[in-house]
Amino acid sequence: MAQERASAPLAGSIALSEVAHVSNLARLGLTPPELEKLAAQLDVIVAAVGKLSSADTSSVEATAQVGGLRNVTRADVVSPGLSAEEALANATAKAAGFLRVPAIQ
Amino acid sequence: MTLLEEPIRELGRRLREREISAVELAEEALARAKELDPTLGAFLRVTPELALEAAAVADLRLQEDPAGAPILCGIPVAYKDVVCTEGVETTAGSQILRGFVPPYSATVVDRLSALGVVPLGKLNCDEFAMGSSNENSAYQLTRNPWDPERVAGGSSGGSAVAVAARLACVTLGSDTGGSIRLPASFSGVVGVKPTYGRVSRYGLIAFASSLDQIGPLAKTVEDAALVLTAIAGQDPRDSTSVVAPVDGFLGELRAGVKGLRLGIPKEYLEVGLDPGVRAVFEQSIRMLEGLGAVTQEVSLPTTEYALSAYYVIAPAEVSSNLARMDGVRFGPGFAGATTLKEAYEQARHEGFGEEVRRRVTLGTYALSSGYYDAYYLRAQKVRTLVAQDFDLAFAQVDAIISPTAPTAAFRLGERTADPLAMYATDVLTLPANLAGISGISVPAGFAAGLPVGLQVLGPYLGESTCFRVAQSLETEARIWDRLPPLAVAPA
Repeated sequence: MAQERASAPLAGSIALSEVAHVSNLARLGLTPPELEKLAAQLDVIVAAVGKLSSADTSSVEATAQVGGLRNVTRADVVSPGLSAEEALANATAKAAGFLRVPAIQ
Repeated sequence: MTLLEEPIRELGRRLREREISAVELAEEALARAKELDPTLGAFLRVTPELALEAAAVADLRLQEDPAGAPILCGIPVAYKDVVCTEGVETTAGSQILRGFVPPYSATVVDRLSALGVVPLGKLNCDEFAMGSSNENSAYQLTRNPWDPERVAGGSSGGSAVAVAARLACVTLGSDTGGSIRLPASFSGVVGVKPTYGRVSRYGLIAFASSLDQIGPLAKTVEDAALVLTAIAGQDPRDSTSVVAPVDGFLGELRAGVKGLRLGIPKEYLEVGLDPGVRAVFEQSIRMLEGLGAVTQEVSLPTTEYALSAYYVIAPAEVSSNLARMDGVRFGPGFAGATTLKEAYEQARHEGFGEEVRRRVTLGTYALSSGYYDAYYLRAQKVRTLVAQDFDLAFAQVDAIISPTAPTAAFRLGERTADPLAMYATDVLTLPANLAGISGISVPAGFAAGLPVGLQVLGPYLGESTCFRVAQSLETEARIWDRLPPLAVAPA
């Protein structure tokens, strides 16, 4: 999975194992039939976007942001944000002013 | 037939001359939504108390100082459900935000509220603004008021339909790859995608941060210009918003198109245009030429790669933006999960629909180690080429015109099994998002009884030129006041 493919042409396809890996990274919780269906669809889409490999991008830099803005800052002045209560208002599980979640393991 | 058929200035006149009150106007809008929206599905929630409260306040303001009250005072508006409204449930059309009540309002909402608008409610959209037909909403279907068996367009489908069916005077939508312009074209209304950075994204539930813009949908070009003037302008809370004057949109509106150079991109005519759409487009060209515009062919050679670049960049950005949808700080929770990973997976599995899963997976893949250079970085370079194409074209012409979409509204369910076919709906709109330039869709005619929009693209910060061309066409075509069948009676 971590093989360097920077200079290789786009594979133009995506394997089920790769779909399983990235959807696991994205914590999507997909079932095996859902994964298979998704992999089949993504294979088609990845093949289509593989077209990008034939564009000549040798003369340009990547566009990170279209407006050309740089280093937009504000004065380092503390101002009120949300109260703890407001910040927790939409959480389903709370305790003592904290968010409550199951343990990692 | 209904007050909601009148443009803003006319309503403003009637309000100030006390022919009508803002409360009456609000009551009429609410009554129309009650009668017509069960069929149309534009609103996810209507907020009658808030509307009537705001209308009463607007009436006082109009009575006290008719000349000084803002032009939008008392005007009924509604917001796409990706725009945060304090105290009013905001779902982005997704189950993962069911019950989410924002603790703050988006800047655009604050700005319009300060002017005295009457907020009618929140509008249906594709889930997290991902889609071209509004069929990806996790809540309900939105039907096209010109033909209820057809899509309204997306992802701002509810916003377009609310205006088309005269349920609201103006609405706000968001446009990332065409999500304002496309439903505007399919539903027969005006829709504006401002230049990236024109309008603050603070309070917009993010889809693709480098592409998203909030913009107005309205019956007339002038109404859209009035609202854009109100919501545009630098916002310290959005570091991507730009400093640029906002007073120019209305001044040039009726300057006409005499001597204006309009470019027609040859690549846009090669995408398989429906013959009815082509005919309307050609008629628009003749109308604009008849008014003194000069048209010429231009070339945007990177067009063939734009769709691919967009469908790498947008999913990549959304995979990052939707990482915060974890069911912890907001969302339906994760009852029964015993580990944190399970909790996230349960919330996201239950909360995300198919299109979201598709794009998050695709985006994560495009950004992952080993693939980042080949996909995301390469797509961002193609993006530079797309922007350069437009720069070169705008050195030769003042504005670019094209059909907004290759077809008119397609049937419900027609493209849902084929993601690529659905994505191709945006082929003419998404390049403008990649380049960050301004664009507008204005009703240009009909094909087999369905609306067809003309897209006008302007250079970076060039909305005034777009408005000017759109206004000329609107005045000449004289179709803006035609009502769809479902604006008159429910199906």
